[in-house]
Amino acid sequence: MTTGTTTMTKETILKVEHLSMKFGGLMAINDFSFEAKRGEITALIGPNGAGKTTVFNCITGFYKPTMGMITLSRSNGKELLLERLRDFEINKVAGVSRTFQNIRLFSGLTVLENLLVAQHNVLMKASGYTILGLLGLPTYKNAAKAAIEKAEYWLNKADLTDRADDPAGDLSYGAQRRLEIARAMCTSPELLCLDEPAAGLNPKESLTLNALLRDIRDEGTSLLLIEHDMSVVMEISDHVVVLEYGQKISDGTPDHVKNDPRVIAAYLGVEDDEVEEIEEKLDKGIIEEGAV
Amino acid sequence: MVRPLKDRIRGKYMEYFIQQLINGLTLGSIYGLVAIGYTMVYGIIGMINFAHGDIFMLGGFAALIIFLILTSFFAGIPVALLLLLMLLVGMLMTGLWNWTIERVAYRPLRGSFRLAPLITAIGMSIALSNFIQVTQGPRNKPIPPLVTDTYHFGDITISLKQILIVVITSILLFAFWYIVNKTPLGRAQRATEQDRKMAALLGVDVDKTISITFIMGAALAAVAGAMYLMYYGVASFNDGFIPGVKAFTAAVLGGIGSLPGAVLGGLLIGLIESLWSAYFSIAYKDVATFAILAIVLIFKPTGILGRPEVEKV
Repeated sequence: MTTGTTTMTKETILKVEHLSMKFGGLMAINDFSFEAKRGEITALIGPNGAGKTTVFNCITGFYKPTMGMITLSRSNGKELLLERLRDFEINKVAGVSRTFQNIRLFSGLTVLENLLVAQHNVLMKASGYTILGLLGLPTYKNAAKAAIEKAEYWLNKADLTDRADDPAGDLSYGAQRRLEIARAMCTSPELLCLDEPAAGLNPKESLTLNALLRDIRDEGTSLLLIEHDMSVVMEISDHVVVLEYGQKISDGTPDHVKNDPRVIAAYLGVEDDEVEEIEEKLDKGIIEEGAV
Repeated sequence: MVRPLKDRIRGKYMEYFIQQLINGLTLGSIYGLVAIGYTMVYGIIGMINFAHGDIFMLGGFAALIIFLILTSFFAGIPVALLLLLMLLVGMLMTGLWNWTIERVAYRPLRGSFRLAPLITAIGMSIALSNFIQVTQGPRNKPIPPLVTDTYHFGDITISLKQILIVVITSILLFAFWYIVNKTPLGRAQRATEQDRKMAALLGVDVDKTISITFIMGAALAAVAGAMYLMYYGVASFNDGFIPGVKAFTAAVLGGIGSLPGAVLGGLLIGLIESLWSAYFSIAYKDVATFAILAIVLIFKPTGILGRPEVEKV
């Protein structure tokens, strides 16, 4: 898989069109459209309360959107409408996996078991829905071995190999975050959605995370992430979409977004007339591009 | 009832005690099997399935009906094969019953307020026992003794059916333990128990996993029902109530949500019941059992092996 940064030649993996989500009288997402390309890291940013997590929840089947269409194109050419799938099919059929802002590991299961649950469907099929597995048929044994190998591969990537048999709840915060990503990867997703993966990490852990995410992209999984930590966003994403009050205000490369006056206004909270002022200054070259 | 008097006079305290232990263990095995159904369903969807006692009763009737069919159509059928078929077909039928109940009465209420499934379960329990009362009649249904062999060790008597009950229970518990701890299905069940939504996001079909849990619980209850029928020799439409609530007490005593707890609780309740009837008063044996429920709930609500729900923040 190549990792070029040219957006134009790549096919779309996720297409969100006219997405709207209403909670009672509150319009959390209003006519929001964007695309994520295959093999890229797409970041979804925006101030607190902009509706980023709501978008994620619509994509991963937590909410049924009020309006709009979410299309996922699989590598085999199949197109799926995510809002029509049942909750477990989002992963099983569409190959979309996600992590949460507040970690949701199975804390009573061991680290290894967490990774094996993620391979449930493969193992269930191989074990003939448990019945053949109980008889100890070789197909199941091989599948179980392959599942453990895969788990070991991701344990290694997440640097958790020596903790494999500990309960997941005993890990440190940073390790739990890495485990959550490893677990999501064990479902062999085509699109991995990460909700603030760097939240609460120290700068060193943040760097390790960047490397891990790039690694995942380079192995062929497309990423969609919500992030507050701009160093992470600007460092690793190929494409950034900015959301404010449920609407898209900017969309493009990290450099483009960084210098978009509307994004600056949204983040720094300037008055509307000041936005124009900044735009003017940008045009005249009074402020340097990228000085944000 | 002054049953033990004769033995007291003869001074055979020890033999009498051991005899009661054996009786208690047998009864406890049956309670333990039923308690697992309560504890598993509670673990996976946080609901007390009060109809589970009646599933146990249905299991008894299923065994009875299979017995009647087999003995009237195949007169010379060997007892071992008869018992095996009673258990297997009974497990299948009762599993199907519980699957249907979950599908029509509990699943539509999932995600509703907490009391709704509880009330439905109580309704289901009443519906089931009345259904059996209407279709099978209100009188006790007798079954001829199938296994009559007894073994004597001094003054202690062990019947073959007691041995059968304990052995079958042990085999089932091992199979069950293996499924829950070592297979992908069990892993999915434990994951669903901890975080249903997250399990679904990892591709686990949560509805199916919950259905299978109900079927597994019912299969164990069916075996318990068949053995209860074999042990006491009668089946009655309201068998689901008192033994059902006792099994529930066992689940609470062991720590609801904990599988080893359910077995331990079942054995303890069986022992308490049989020892209480032997040394105190048989009329008050249910009082003793349910007093335990109250005491456990007051002093150790998490039960013996239950974990307190503490979340790391």
